[in-house]
Order: sequence, then C-alpha cells, then structure tokens
Amino acid sequence: MNVLLDYLPEFRAGFLGTLAITAASAVIALVLGVLIAGFRVSPIPPLRAFGTAWVTLLRNTPLTLLFLIAFFVVPKILFQGASPFVLGMLALGLYTSSFVCEAIRSGISTVPVGQAEAARSIGLSFTQTLRLIVLPQATRTVLPPLSSIFIALTKNSAVAGAFSVTELFGYAKLLSDKGYAIAVIFLWVALAYLLITFAISGVFRLLERRMGVAR
Amino acid sequence: MSEVSVTKNDGGPAPTGDPLVVLDNVNKHFGALHVLQDIDLTIHRGEVVVVIGPSGSGKSTLCRTINRLETVDTGSITIDGRPLPQEGRELARLRADVGMVFQSFNLFAHKTVLENVMLGQLKVRRKDRNTAAEKARELLDRVGVGTQADKYPAQLSGGQQQRVAIARALAMDPKVMLFDEPTSALDPEMINEVLDVMQQLARDGMTMVVVTHEMGFARSAANRVVFMADGRIIEQAEPNQFFTNPRSDRAKDFLSKILHH
Repeated sequence: MNVLLDYLPEFRAGFLGTLAITAASAVIALVLGVLIAGFRVSPIPPLRAFGTAWVTLLRNTPLTLLFLIAFFVVPKILFQGASPFVLGMLALGLYTSSFVCEAIRSGISTVPVGQAEAARSIGLSFTQTLRLIVLPQATRTVLPPLSSIFIALTKNSAVAGAFSVTELFGYAKLLSDKGYAIAVIFLWVALAYLLITFAISGVFRLLERRMGVAR
Repeated sequence: MSEVSVTKNDGGPAPTGDPLVVLDNVNKHFGALHVLQDIDLTIHRGEVVVVIGPSGSGKSTLCRTINRLETVDTGSITIDGRPLPQEGRELARLRADVGMVFQSFNLFAHKTVLENVMLGQLKVRRKDRNTAAEKARELLDRVGVGTQADKYPAQLSGGQQQRVAIARALAMDPKVMLFDEPTSALDPEMINEVLDVMQQLARDGMTMVVVTHEMGFARSAANRVVFMADGRIIEQAEPNQFFTNPRSDRAKDFLSKILHH
C-alpha cells in the first residue's frame, strides 16, 4: 500500500503527462477534424478525395501501428530529433482527427440543405457558408459524439506510455516492473483517468446545456 | 386561391427596360427526367414575370437555375450581359446581385431576425455594422416586421418569416428577385401579408421572377405570365389575355382545373 504514497510525485508527473498529451492531441484532432470535414463536403473533387483518403487511412489503422510509424518511420523522413511527446501527440492527434471529422460531417448533414442554399444565394462563399451558417448549427448535434471521442482519446493516450512518453500508464508499468502489487497501483491510475474523463463529460454537458438555451 | 383585384401597376413603370436575365436554349435532366426542355426566356429590367403551371412542370427548377442553385446541362444563362460563371468567388458575387426567396423561408435559424438581414451586408458587401444595422431595420420596417428584429426565426409566424426573408434578399440591393413559391408553405391567412409586400416591390419597379400558384397575384402584379408544363414553356402572354383567353389547350385545361373549384 505504501507504494501509493511513496511514489506520489511519480504519479503526479504521470497524471500531468497524460493530461498534457490528451489536451495537445485533442486540439490537433479538433482543428484537423473540422478542416478535413470541410474538405469532405467541399465542391472541389480533389479536396473531397483527400478528405476521404485521410479518414479511410487513419480510422482503419490500429493506433499502435500509427505509433510505430510515428516513432520509427516519421523521424527518418521529417521531424528528426522530435521528442517522444511530439511524436506521440501527432500519432494520437491524427488518429483522433479522423473520428472527429466523421462526427462533424454527421452534424453537417443534420443542418437542412435550405440553410446552405440561402447562404449561397446571398453571395456567401462555400467557406463562409460552412463557417457562419452550417457549422454553428451542427455544433449541438456534434457535441455528444465529440465527448465520447475525447474520452476515448484520453484512454488511448495510454499507448503513448509504451513509447517512453511520460504519462500515467508508463509509470504504472514502471512500478509494477519493480515488483509492486499491480492491483494497488491501478487504483491511483484508474482514479486519475476518471478525473480526466469525468472532467471532459462535465465540460461537454455544460456546453450542451448552453447551446440548448441559445436556440 | 386569393383573388386580389387590383389594377395592374398603379402608375408603376412599364417593362421597357433592356434584357436583364436571358435564358437561351436551356436544357436540364434529373436522371431520365427531362425537367427543362429548350427553354428560351428573356426578362427585362423592371419586368414582373410570373411562372405558373402544374406540379412537376419544372418551374421551380427554372427559377433555381437563374442563380445556379441548379446547374444546367446545355444552353446558356446570362444576367446583365454576363454568363453565369462556374462555382467559385465570381459566382458568389453574382448571386449577391440576385435575390432569392424560398418556399420554406430558410432563415438562418441560429441568428436573430436583424442578424439575418445584416449578414450578407457585412460578409459580402463589407459594410460596417452601423450602416448594415440601419439598413436592416429600415427594410424590416418596410416589410412590416420591424418590431420582431431581436427575435429568432422560430419565434415568428410563417408570414413574418417570409417577409424577413424578402428583407434579407433586398438588403443586398439585388438587380432581380427570384421567388420560388413564396406562399406555398403558408397558412391561408398569412398569404396576403406576403403578397402585399411583393405587390409593393413590383410597383416600386423591382425586376421579379415569381413562381407561384397565386393566380390573383399573377393577374394583378405580373407584366407577363409564363405557363410551363412538362419542362417546356407552353405559352407566354400578358396576364389578362392569358386568363381570359389562353391560346394553348394545355393552358385551358390547367386554368379550368384551378379556377373552377
């Protein structure tokens, strides 16, 4: 039982590491996801094809494989000398962006076609129509799936621990390798993950409630 | 059918302007269906053209091709001498000059009435907020919904929403206004408030293309009635002549069905 108190600083470092890589990947996933969703509904065929390829490739590849590529192939071509954190963040962010893209695209298709037609008929460009009219109205439907995606992202960040990124799961493994009882270690780890995932659900519930009133 | 008997163009301008919208030999298919067949139509500046005909005759499609919400297969469409460009910035600019009013209003649901009327002025015409708001309020007053400016579209009646939609289109200072069955989704008691606004617009000399089932409006406000059936323009005439003495059998048949029941 002492392992929990003796190694508190390690657990804290792991918690902060998980939090950091989750937050950084979430930002990447959100930005890229919105952009790629825009590509997928664009009137320009090459952009649509690119968007489809992006989603197909990233969504259907096991995350561990993406990590292997990020750590052993990518540094040979670009990002030489990038830290494990950056490489892990890229792998997680890109992987999750494909799911975010699809959630957003499903939101876009819930907005009535007439909204986009009206926007274009007053002379807004495609990008303006998406940004000013369609996406704001899609947000509300997109929130629940996005919340699930970010919770999944939090838990997926554990994979990064196996690739020497400082995070919760990596420390858990380190301590159990030292011979401490694994069940006890997992208590802190589970609590830490719950802390993050509950926070995410809370934030999204708040957003949903706010959007509900705004309409 | 609301029969409004008003003498046409109470002192309004006669349609003597130059050609503004020209459709030349336009054809369009939806799969196997030939929705527009060899359409030739010229709309002059200041003219009010009402397009009528049975459902599925292609009149809505015709209306939507004019600002390229529908593309055409062959033939050409020019507005003010310029052919419709491909999708892109130039088309967006041209659409800003062509006002469109939809059957289902299509007001931006997440924006207030005032924001709806301001949006195009701000983002397309690049006006400053004060000028845009001032113009928006003026237009909302003109269509009689000035007091609703800060509400959301869902809080308005259908007739009010459609009048806001007209104000939104007018805010762009369009050269021509397209109306795609503007009263078909309205409760009967709200139809006249929308038609009144359109009558006023017609009197003010706006160039209008109106797809409608309102024969009263066609009689009183139109300079010309275009009768379509099965994707073709069957007959064009001055409204009095068309309603009292249609030339084609198809038009006689159509009128006998709608006017006597």
